[in-house]
Amino acid sequence: MTESLPALRLANITKRFGKLVANDGISLELGTGEVLALLGENGAGKSTLVSILFGHYVADEGHIEVFGQPLPPGNPKAALAAGVGMVHQHFALADNLSVLDNVLLGSEPLWQPFSRRRAARARLIDTANRFGLGVNPDARVATLSVGERQRVEILKALYRGARILILDEPTAVLTPQESESLFTTLATLVTEGLSVIFISHKLDEVLRVSARVAVLRGGRLVSVRNTEHTTKTELAELMVGRSVTLPTREPRPHGDLVLSLSGVHAAHAGKTLLDDVGLMVRAGEIVGIAGVSGNGQHALADLLCGTLAADRGEVSVSGQTMRANPRDWIARRVARIPEDRHAVGVVGDLPVWENAVSERLHLPAFSRAGIVRGRTARDFTRRLVTQFDVRLSGIDVPARVLSGGNMQKLILGRALSVAGEGVTPTLIVANQPTWGLDIGAVAYVHRCLLDAAAAGAAVLVISEDLDELFAIADRIAVMFKGRLGPALPTEGCSRAAIGLAMAGSTASNTEGAPLHAA
Amino acid sequence: MRLESRTEYSRRAMLFAPIVAILVTLAVCALLVAWAGAPVGQTYALLFDGAFGSRFAFAETLTRATPLILTGLAAAVAFRARLFNIGAEGQLYLGALAAVAVGGMHGGSTFDLPLPLLSALMIAAGAAAGALWLLGPAWMKLKLGVDEVVTTLLLNFVALLLVSMMLDGPMKDPLAMGWPQSVALDPELEFSRLIERSRVHSGLLMAVGLAILMWLIERFTTFGFALRAVGANNRAAAFAGLPVGRTVLLCALLSGALAGLAGVGEVAGRASYVTTDMSPGYGYAGIVIAMLAGLHPLGVLLAALFVAAVQVGADSMSRVVGVPNFIADVIVATALLTMLVATLLTRYRIRWGRA
Repeated sequence: MTESLPALRLANITKRFGKLVANDGISLELGTGEVLALLGENGAGKSTLVSILFGHYVADEGHIEVFGQPLPPGNPKAALAAGVGMVHQHFALADNLSVLDNVLLGSEPLWQPFSRRRAARARLIDTANRFGLGVNPDARVATLSVGERQRVEILKALYRGARILILDEPTAVLTPQESESLFTTLATLVTEGLSVIFISHKLDEVLRVSARVAVLRGGRLVSVRNTEHTTKTELAELMVGRSVTLPTREPRPHGDLVLSLSGVHAAHAGKTLLDDVGLMVRAGEIVGIAGVSGNGQHALADLLCGTLAADRGEVSVSGQTMRANPRDWIARRVARIPEDRHAVGVVGDLPVWENAVSERLHLPAFSRAGIVRGRTARDFTRRLVTQFDVRLSGIDVPARVLSGGNMQKLILGRALSVAGEGVTPTLIVANQPTWGLDIGAVAYVHRCLLDAAAAGAAVLVISEDLDELFAIADRIAVMFKGRLGPALPTEGCSRAAIGLAMAGSTASNTEGAPLHAA
Repeated sequence: MRLESRTEYSRRAMLFAPIVAILVTLAVCALLVAWAGAPVGQTYALLFDGAFGSRFAFAETLTRATPLILTGLAAAVAFRARLFNIGAEGQLYLGALAAVAVGGMHGGSTFDLPLPLLSALMIAAGAAAGALWLLGPAWMKLKLGVDEVVTTLLLNFVALLLVSMMLDGPMKDPLAMGWPQSVALDPELEFSRLIERSRVHSGLLMAVGLAILMWLIERFTTFGFALRAVGANNRAAAFAGLPVGRTVLLCALLSGALAGLAGVGEVAGRASYVTTDMSPGYGYAGIVIAMLAGLHPLGVLLAALFVAAVQVGADSMSRVVGVPNFIADVIVATALLTMLVATLLTRYRIRWGRA
């Protein structure tokens, strides 16, 4: 859908950071009333491009026109004034204020005797009705669901007169139902004449919402396709640059009970984190934990990594009751893959080889009488790096310089060789194991987890990505507000039902939508 | 102007950073010297001469460097684990006091022990006093989240008042004609002289030996690894199962002990008794030295020598040209600031103009 005057025209945008070319001569047009998807892996240049558009960065070359007018570079205020609105992945809302206050915050001058609330309220309600964004203007943001908060963010942009809306990975924090509702909203916005840039790396939703898809790879615009005339496979290949097949699950025999949680309760500072959590994972089985971020997954992962103590309840691995001490878990051959690679997975300033042995440095394999056996540790690291295909210039470089995928492979290697080479871990606890990785690395991580399960490890995967869980988990359980639902076989689980459970509905109170159709 | 993070830190840049920092410092201080009306070239020449120009000058510099190496090591090891021990000054005084308590009371006959044992006990007591003085703040930081910068800094004044109380009370030297000064150490417990007719004492060997030992510990032991991991990222260290709390406490004991040993060295090697002005801020200078050394234990040796040379040289220089010896403090303080900037520049590069 290209009209005579494009809403937005990017001409030959180039941006370099040192040697890295983040955007390489990108030219792109956004038609009025069009949803254009910007598709690409991490590091493909999506964020840089949008940051330039919004004035956070200045392009080295090229220029931008909004509705035919050149946009002055490096000036977020000018971008706002020209009608460019942005909804970030992480919302910028004040929890303790009402929706109205949040919308007014920053859009009215600070120094005026009275805020013109009544007029503002009327205008807000008017805007909300026009675009079908039903939100109570007086509700406190803290009481709103994630989907509602996103609507407030969109309203905020519209209230300020946005005619071009940029959404950065908007579905990352939403349940499937909330995503559906967002897509409906986008359709309404477009019929009202707004233009939308929808940034994503999820192929299904890109196909679902956009009129055209612009694919970025390595800072270059690889292709712009009409959504009607493209397929998921084609887009995936364009995005990655080669064909990638993601590994899939095959039936495996399940062995003895490995991980067992019953009646586990944990709280911190008076807030319940885990509420009567029960779970069983057998050897050779992959159990997935779904849920919207912030429903207790952190606590569950911490508990199973030995960094959080349960107040009540029983946690055992292979029949042995576990204490909250990481070394206990490591000693029981539990492979732990933390959610935040940089902050928790590695000590970025220390060399790769020290990170590779950090979990087991105190064991006789790597130290004697407190003296590190440097040569053994380095030999081990060299083998690990080869075996897990970690690409680096040497094992003495600080771990910080590794790319996300390579850092995850290093952590995976460290965790999976937890019992020494050639021995399978008893249990793998992986929290968001593929977050932020490109498709090639995702396939690698999935392959590792599936192989470990086939070799007899019990695997627990906590993920916000439902596609991931459907791809590798044998059973899926949903976490909501610290409670864990039953883990039911993936066959027969419907996305809709899981989505409802992620939003807090249980089979008992939403008849006709049980988690498990079978 | 803005700072852009460097992806890879150059090892060469990190080695050159202190040298460049010192050159910039001397350039900045040259302006002050010129302002004071003295010829810059001659002033610096005299300063150098006063520090290294003669056997006596060099011996004085080494004597001055001895406590500075130890307080520098105390700061370096603590800062490595992000335990910001600003209390080396107080720990030094308590170390000195404990040494005299063991080796000076009742003419050194507090304990009826053979001399080598008594000597060892004196050194151990000094180290223990400093170590225990830091243990409290470290424990409060771990358990209650109390900022150790505040507690260790304030405990310096408590330590000094405690020393003052002892010098006017139980440890007062009756022969000091009313001067606040402790009883003297048994002369047999004093450290031996390393160089004839100078004040250089075997405490210097102890300091150099400890610097090498600290380097070996940091580099080759599991404790050293834990120390660096806890300092660089304590969440990741805890996740990997490293004993974060134990590491911080052990680090505090080490740091306090090193500062306490600086006090032992001053008493046993130089002064033989404690006064309330025995340290011209060695504890605080140790922080500058640790930063100049990039927290590297062997670097501390060079940094301590630099600071000692500036202090000793400035004394001698000020007697010839009319520049007050406060210039030494200015040089050392400026060196700290330029070193911080130099360290920043090894990690970030400056970009001019807008993003």
